[in-house]
Amino acid sequence: MYTKNVDLRHFTGFKSLTLLCLFLLYAPLIIVMVYSFNDSNSITRWNTVSLRWYYDLFYGVDAPKFKTAAINSVSIAVMAAISATVIATMAATAMLRAGRFRGKSVSFALINLPLMVPEIVTAVATLIFFSAIGFTTGYLTILIAHIVFCIPFAYLPIAARMQGIEDVYEQAAQDLYATRFQAFRLILLPLMAPGIISGFLLAFIISLDDFIITNFVKGAGVETLPTVIFGAVKQGIKPNIMAISTLLLAVSVGFVALSYFVGRMGEKSNPTTTKQGD
Amino acid sequence: MAELPKVNPEGLAKTYSGFGIPLILPAWIIIGFFLVIPVAMMLVYSFLTKEFRGGVIWEFSLSAYDQFFLYRGLFGDSPPVIEWTYISIFWRSIWQAGLATFCCLIIGFPTAWFIATRTGRNKTIWLFLITIPYWVNLLIRTISMKFLIRDNGPLNEFFLSIGLISEPFHIINTNFAVQLGLFYSYLPFMVLPIYAAVERYNFALSEAAADLYASRTVTLFKVILPTVKPGIVAGCILVFVPSLGAFLAPDLLGGAKNFMIGSLIEEQFKGAAGNWPFGAAASMILLSLVLIVLTFYARNQTRGQI
Repeated sequence: MYTKNVDLRHFTGFKSLTLLCLFLLYAPLIIVMVYSFNDSNSITRWNTVSLRWYYDLFYGVDAPKFKTAAINSVSIAVMAAISATVIATMAATAMLRAGRFRGKSVSFALINLPLMVPEIVTAVATLIFFSAIGFTTGYLTILIAHIVFCIPFAYLPIAARMQGIEDVYEQAAQDLYATRFQAFRLILLPLMAPGIISGFLLAFIISLDDFIITNFVKGAGVETLPTVIFGAVKQGIKPNIMAISTLLLAVSVGFVALSYFVGRMGEKSNPTTTKQGD
Repeated sequence: MAELPKVNPEGLAKTYSGFGIPLILPAWIIIGFFLVIPVAMMLVYSFLTKEFRGGVIWEFSLSAYDQFFLYRGLFGDSPPVIEWTYISIFWRSIWQAGLATFCCLIIGFPTAWFIATRTGRNKTIWLFLITIPYWVNLLIRTISMKFLIRDNGPLNEFFLSIGLISEPFHIINTNFAVQLGLFYSYLPFMVLPIYAAVERYNFALSEAAADLYASRTVTLFKVILPTVKPGIVAGCILVFVPSLGAFLAPDLLGGAKNFMIGSLIEEQFKGAAGNWPFGAAASMILLSLVLIVLTFYARNQTRGQI
């Protein structure tokens, strides 16, 4: 039954399943996007195309609430991502560039711990911890919790990048009398830049997305975009929710594209990799 | 997105030797102080006495675990029998998460395979398309699903308009809706690790199998699947673990009757129940389940390397 010409990579039906997979992933998102432009008070009936609900988002009754939440979300995400990126860069340097030291094997598990503990458990533990030490929940507790779970997400691309860079460049710099700090700042850090940027973007998106942990540690009064959206959805999906969802969706897609281009740039600029399989 | 070759896989470069501890210290402090200690504290809390409307009284008590596993009658004086309410919530969660993992695998493997066997620009585009939903806010994806499948939502309207059904399909607030939500939430987590494994697959193995007259199906099951198994196992873990503790899908799509572990725990802290020790105990049990899965995975991985 077997003929030599058959493509062994091909399986019948796999392409249709892939298309089905993409359809399943995109259909709900596209439908929400389309309905966000619906000029009707009801989410069911289709009227005409308009930007009414986007206008409502910025100038409507709920506008101040969304605005505060957006400012909180973005400021927390920026600070959490910066902190996590700095910590992760230092940790990656320790793990990949500092030879052996005590506690190295445990460190790897520790950095990845936030990925292994289920989110809801982290949320419960963090809430209990802050309440036990009498730390009032609010903006600062959200920020701290976000830094913790952003660390592994920032670490992954940074460590992957550092692993791909040979240490000969830093050695050469040191042979030319650069101090270790200079070798780090002038050689390793520029080579690392794409990995660091990817790590930052990933951490930023992860922080912006988080609902469960934020919901637990936010306390009264402080809201982020996901918590405010969740609260609104509990009362039923309104058209303005679809508008804000579409905006957030656009932000996410923009970030993937950005991180993708940074990654591309990185591949081209890495001196160590002679060949890139494309 | 292509993986860089690992020039220094063991991390033995010594440029900054001696600075290891100061460099790793911030990560240790932040994660140790704000995750390890809190989890330890949660363990302690699960053995304390509850205070009404949240919080605890610092008095040792096994009542949280007792409430979880045993039923002692309305007044607490009957001989204890096994309490099935919470065990069945856990059981349902395990079942739902397992089923979601299976469904993700059924559709995720062919997808990953298909993408990994494309060439050049095509591959990048397909991969990009799969990655985008992975980055979109989970809450928004769950809301989109809720919007789509509700009784008078676009899906039902479409089915009604083509005359496939005469009255709306009732999907929302069923176990099936939760299942759909979990599947939809974590599908990309299945595709990406399998994709990475198929990329490394050596097609000479398939050729060898074909030369020895293996059929396509035999090659798939006897050669390909065992070879890419690490990727499959990783994908299953990445889907199963978050599904088990999922909160958004059961809460938004399942309604009150389709409780899963996540909602049970949330209820103890944010909801009406307000029983912190019980919530801490349920979290500990969930964490133990996850650790069992991960240990099994780690052992499997190390055995694979030998």
